[in-house]
Amino acid sequence: MTSDLTRLLAREMAALVRAGETSSRALTEAHLAVAERQNLALNAWLMIDREGALSQADAADAILGEARRAGGAALEALHPLLGIPVGLKDLISVEGGQCTAGSRILAGYRAPYDAHIVERLRRVGAVLLGKTNMDEFAMGSSNEYSAYGPVSNPWDLDTVPGGSSGGSAAAVAAHHVPLALGTDTGGSIRQPAALCGIVGMKPTYGRVSRYGIVAFASSLDQIGPFARDARAAAALLHAIAGRDARDSTSAPVPVPDELLHLPESDDEAVAWLRGRRFGLPREYFVAGMDPDVERRIHESVAFLVDAGAHVEDVSLPHTDYGLAAYYIVAPAEASANLARYDGVRYGHSRRLEGGDFIADYLATRGEGFGAEVKRRIMLGTYALSAGYYDAFYLKAQKVRTLIKRDFDEIFASGIDALVAPTSPSVAFRFGEKTADPVAMYLADACTLPVNMAGLPGVSIPCGLSEGLPVGLQLIGSAWSELLLFRAARAFEGLTAGAAWRGLEPAALTKADHASGLTPAERAAALAAAR
Amino acid sequence: MTNPPATADALDRYEAVIGIEVHCQLRTASKMFCGCSTAYDGAAPNTHACPVCLGLPGALPVINRRAVELVLATGAAIGARTPDATRWDRKNYFYPDLPKGYQISQYDLPLAAGGSLTIDTSDGPFSIRITRAHLEEDTAKLVHAPGTGGERLSLVDFNRSGVPLMEIVTEPDVRTAEQARRYAEELQLLLRTIGVSDADMERGQLRVEANVSLRPRGTEAFGTRVEVKNMNSFRSVERAITFEIERQAGILEAGGELVQETRGWSDDRGETYRMRVKETSDDYRYFPEPDLPPLRVDPAWLDGIRAALPELPAARRARYREQLGLTPYDAGVLVADADATRLFEATLAAGADGGLDPKTVANWVTGEYLRIRNAAPSSTAPGADPIELAALIRLVVDGAISRANGKEVFEAHLATGERVEAIVGARGLRQISDADALAGIVDAVILANPAAAADVRAGKTQAIGFLVGAVMKQTRGQANAAVVQVALRARLGPGPTAPRAGEDG
Ligand SMILES: [Zn+2]
Repeated sequence: MTSDLTRLLAREMAALVRAGETSSRALTEAHLAVAERQNLALNAWLMIDREGALSQADAADAILGEARRAGGAALEALHPLLGIPVGLKDLISVEGGQCTAGSRILAGYRAPYDAHIVERLRRVGAVLLGKTNMDEFAMGSSNEYSAYGPVSNPWDLDTVPGGSSGGSAAAVAAHHVPLALGTDTGGSIRQPAALCGIVGMKPTYGRVSRYGIVAFASSLDQIGPFARDARAAAALLHAIAGRDARDSTSAPVPVPDELLHLPESDDEAVAWLRGRRFGLPREYFVAGMDPDVERRIHESVAFLVDAGAHVEDVSLPHTDYGLAAYYIVAPAEASANLARYDGVRYGHSRRLEGGDFIADYLATRGEGFGAEVKRRIMLGTYALSAGYYDAFYLKAQKVRTLIKRDFDEIFASGIDALVAPTSPSVAFRFGEKTADPVAMYLADACTLPVNMAGLPGVSIPCGLSEGLPVGLQLIGSAWSELLLFRAARAFEGLTAGAAWRGLEPAALTKADHASGLTPAERAAALAAAR
Repeated sequence: MTNPPATADALDRYEAVIGIEVHCQLRTASKMFCGCSTAYDGAAPNTHACPVCLGLPGALPVINRRAVELVLATGAAIGARTPDATRWDRKNYFYPDLPKGYQISQYDLPLAAGGSLTIDTSDGPFSIRITRAHLEEDTAKLVHAPGTGGERLSLVDFNRSGVPLMEIVTEPDVRTAEQARRYAEELQLLLRTIGVSDADMERGQLRVEANVSLRPRGTEAFGTRVEVKNMNSFRSVERAITFEIERQAGILEAGGELVQETRGWSDDRGETYRMRVKETSDDYRYFPEPDLPPLRVDPAWLDGIRAALPELPAARRARYREQLGLTPYDAGVLVADADATRLFEATLAAGADGGLDPKTVANWVTGEYLRIRNAAPSSTAPGADPIELAALIRLVVDGAISRANGKEVFEAHLATGERVEAIVGARGLRQISDADALAGIVDAVILANPAAAADVRAGKTQAIGFLVGAVMKQTRGQANAAVVQVALRARLGPGPTAPRAGEDG
């Protein structure tokens, strides 16, 4: 019975706890059990907060009980996330808890305050199950750059879950939680969502407050939801979105309540598609793209057309410059954002006998940061140096303006949303791209232009390729998250009967078998299972 | 290694080129980018700190609008330009007192650019161009202390971290140490007048640094620049720059070469010392702060700030000289002191219907008020009631009390806050100017001091002072000395009108 609960969608869980047919505690226990059992195999969690989660579940049950006694209106007023477990990427500050950002340099640091989005989740009564694994400082597309070990993709334990929010994506795909939060700087929500076969959205820049989120690249970072369906993701976005005075870049744009009321019926959801205009940007079908992935995207487009939508070829001519410009802007900002990790106030700290503070800094940072983080700090420092600033940073910002203009023109022409692949390939094998940084960077070629333009994008599952999920990316104009979720919900309706919809991450049984073992035994068991 | 002091000759051959950088803490209730209070003076270390000013992961800055207004007000006061939109930049460098590893500052779009400040010097007025004034955040404070085992420890106090700081940079227009000191004094006065900063140098609210170089008179190219720091008073600004000019001139005269360096001023030793040599120019890798959107400076906002500016020191001095007829010295002394200015203005206003002469009021404020106040311990600094001062001046001008007694009354008023009228009454100080009323006492004094009287009759007029004093003593100071003198002269002067002893009988 308990493991059955984890197989439900978030709204089904909410309905059960409201009706009193189960409790938040039972729901939380069920998820904790799966997460704890499978984490040896998946390594999706850096910390599972059993005690905290259960006490939050009890608090939710108290509220639920009272609402049930008060009856109809009180029950109706409850937030759909009340009592529902949520996973948090381990760069989100939770008061009193760890916040490693996947880095050794933040080992031992305990955040003395809640991030804005954590305050919001507490307010709606969500259960914070724990902190998920990630690429160090969100720099990576495979989760192999975590200082705490890689995460396995629940669909195939030998492949990566994507990154940098790989832990959150894997945890949701493996039913450890119905919902999780990640951050997306160049694709770090959408790409792992695609590789793990779930829904992941990067909202418009400024939609969600970054207060309390460890910064990677301040002008690109956004927080967003993971879920197994569009409605759950929309509800989670609704809970965390909105203006926060502590983040000057968070926008005073109203958050539509319709995010909580996407259509129940598939027919109604699909009907919305009639007459919608979608653009298919030709630059997103990049050279070297997996042909099977490309086929899935074109099949998806055909579904949309069959449902009465217009899909037209469009061009975003500056897309090709996006990757280069991104790898100037993001490392430049990161080089400054990561300067605070100096060992003076918190985290890893190395004091050398007789050394001056610069020597201590070098030792602390030399030991605390991984190779990819160091690479980006050096890239960014170089790009900002006197004599190079104009040629690199300033030029990259100009390219960014051009990329944004490309999108603006498309949306001004009446296109509702763009349809594109999320990732040029399905989940790849461990070690396949770590030797070649540029190959890894190309994994985000289809997602990072959206960050550069500050726009919302959502990745939704659209089929499998040789047993591994393929993601379809929908990109909208600024503040069009509701439209993107309507489109995503419609696509779910369109494909509700598809054979791949019935398939679950097969490797989870292997993950179950890897339970209760020491890390060494686990490695051996996994090797045997593979 | 000390260098030979420069000869007067060398100082004649070289001209000093000086630019001044001032950092001043702005008078805001909270810090630049967070809600922490700036009232940390005397507080335990690290009690005024939060995730933002500690540079914790995930913390974000929020602009303190008041701080922006204070820089805009300064810009308006120095006649600077303000851009339509301004922005913040990150200045990147590593230091333990800099929690984020970068300082949020302003690079190419400062809130104020291209102003000037005119100072009065012993050589007359002198105008100094101000390049820019911009807003940034203060650093934490490093405290070096021995640990429990006697080891050297560096401790960081974040109370000061993130306090709003305005940096004001001049063009290299300053030529003498005196001008530099006067500039710093005038800037402090301006900042205090417009309420931008308490600008107390000893409390580190106003930090002055000078870039000093020398070049042969008549040439244009700049010499090697030396940055002088740690000048903690106006006096030390003048002393340090004087020393530095002589030091550089001495080296140049001896055929030596100057090093581009930063030097500190030691007040005790009376000399500058090397802090660090600048071999390469620092690369701070400035780039626009992505956590703060650009700030549009609404013209109406700026107009409001401009309209709210009080009368500025230079304008006030000019008005005192030109409209009130004060000497430049008195105008300078009055305007330099906020209390004196307030008392002067209010006393003039209180005595307006009686037509008090501004010069008389100025004398009372600069002479008496400032003397007494400056002598008093700062904790008991007295407050003068301008209505009472106006009444007192009126009594003295009308001859109702003597000037000497007037000073005594004013002192008593400052000490007790009692009304002037009451003090004069209680002490019986009202002056007797009626010659008839004084006649009896004058006669008695002449009778009691025959020798002095004889001296006066014999033409030794100095002796009259002794007799005036005797009359004053008899009247407990109430007699009008001028009237007494006339009466004495009338009686003892050449001529028969003086009474003679025993004649009336
Ligand atoms: Zn603070």
